[in-house]
Amino acid sequence: MGLARKDLLGMQELTSDEIRLILDTAESMKEVARRDIKKVPTLRGKTVINLFYEPSTRTRTSFEIAGKWLSADVINISTSASSVTKGESLKDTGLTLQAMYPDIVVIRHPAPGAAVFLATRLAASIINAGDGAHQHPSQALLDLFTIREKIGRLEGMKVAIVGDIAHSRVARSNIQGMQRMGMEVRVAGPRTMLPRFIERLGVEVFTNLERAVAEVDVIMMLRLQTERQQAGLFPSLREYSRLFGLTAERLKAAKPDVLIMHPGPINRGIEIAPDVADGPYSLILNQVENGLAVRMALLYLCAGGGQTSA
Amino acid sequence: MATELNEKAQILDPPAIQRAVTRIAHEIVERNNGTENLVLIGLRSRGVDLARRIARELMLIAGTETPVGTLDVTLYRDDLGKVGPQPVVRKTEILFSINEKRVVLVDDVLYTGRTIRAALDGLIDLGRPRLIQLAVLVDRGHRELPIRADYVGKNVPTSREEQIQVLLTEEDGEDRVVIVTP
Repeated sequence: MGLARKDLLGMQELTSDEIRLILDTAESMKEVARRDIKKVPTLRGKTVINLFYEPSTRTRTSFEIAGKWLSADVINISTSASSVTKGESLKDTGLTLQAMYPDIVVIRHPAPGAAVFLATRLAASIINAGDGAHQHPSQALLDLFTIREKIGRLEGMKVAIVGDIAHSRVARSNIQGMQRMGMEVRVAGPRTMLPRFIERLGVEVFTNLERAVAEVDVIMMLRLQTERQQAGLFPSLREYSRLFGLTAERLKAAKPDVLIMHPGPINRGIEIAPDVADGPYSLILNQVENGLAVRMALLYLCAGGGQTSA
Repeated sequence: MATELNEKAQILDPPAIQRAVTRIAHEIVERNNGTENLVLIGLRSRGVDLARRIARELMLIAGTETPVGTLDVTLYRDDLGKVGPQPVVRKTEILFSINEKRVVLVDDVLYTGRTIRAALDGLIDLGRPRLIQLAVLVDRGHRELPIRADYVGKNVPTSREEQIQVLLTEEDGEDRVVIVTP
């Protein structure tokens, strides 16, 4: 089988079989991470360019380490230190990079559709590492991997995604990926942060945190983008935290063994209390660790691997 | 699978496979003066089943349990990006140290030697064995690298157009080795 496309642009395009292949490949890649010598020669001679137009710690670092562990040559381009500061357009940057024969370009960009824009113009495989509020497929895949690893299956599991749903690419990608794998998704947040007609995605909508987290297997908190306060979407951080912050007290409304996830970076004490973030059911650091394995799998599969069970 | 190809001849039947495994186990004990510090590493997937069978025979011969590990060489192949399908990566599971051990690699068919080359690279990344030996059920020739097996169940001269198909009960529900043609 393998991936039926050269690029990974969003979760909506992946079939359940492809998602399963990515997760299974990532499971095998995890073994490399546990070795003393964390390096295999799989992508020797391949070039991966990380093109990041937005700040990033986890995603950029894990794509870089993933590439290096697979022996690819990894080049990081942060736009603040590139010709983008001189006014070069995304198209010209893409074509310039293409002339250097990269095999894979990992792109993060504030504009939705930036990854698709590059994918139609470059021969290299494009991996979308986040485009505006649109998609963040590698994050959704590592979240699915983390849940499957912890619970053993995805089908039938219930998840509550809590926070600024309207502006979250993580929420959008996760809703699509989770539903594709047969999970039940509910979203919760202030009315101002829930997109109109979100019910049409097939999710249950809550504006009360206690009710949202009741009976779910996983709670996924989203980072509150504090700049949204300026836009008037919520009155104050304190009020947001009081109504939608996940605290030990609030967790009493959930199952006793509910799993807590957060894509990071976290605002401690705002959307999640420190004792919850560091508590026994928090998978936040597992998500980071699994991000490496999933991104190794994505680089391998985009480079042409995983097409046969031979 | 065999059903999609034309079976040309059966090379080994179930008793012959059993005899080959038993003989290889005896040769391993003889060449290594026992089973001390011996480990078996099977190559996915049928090499693993064969390694487990050899381990059972070693238990009968020497009365000791020989550790069995699993090696997936996909990440060490030298043809990623070439035209043609690439395999799915499966897990390597070697839950013991191979440092200073006598490692016997086990595979079903030895052909060009490229899989074994990849396996040697993979093993060396995991530790420093005292020595590495190779056991195969079938050696079909056509080597492209200077690699040879220390223990061979059966040498079978073949043409490149033919394929050797090893069927084992654990994977395929029956024990048989056949030559097939497309």
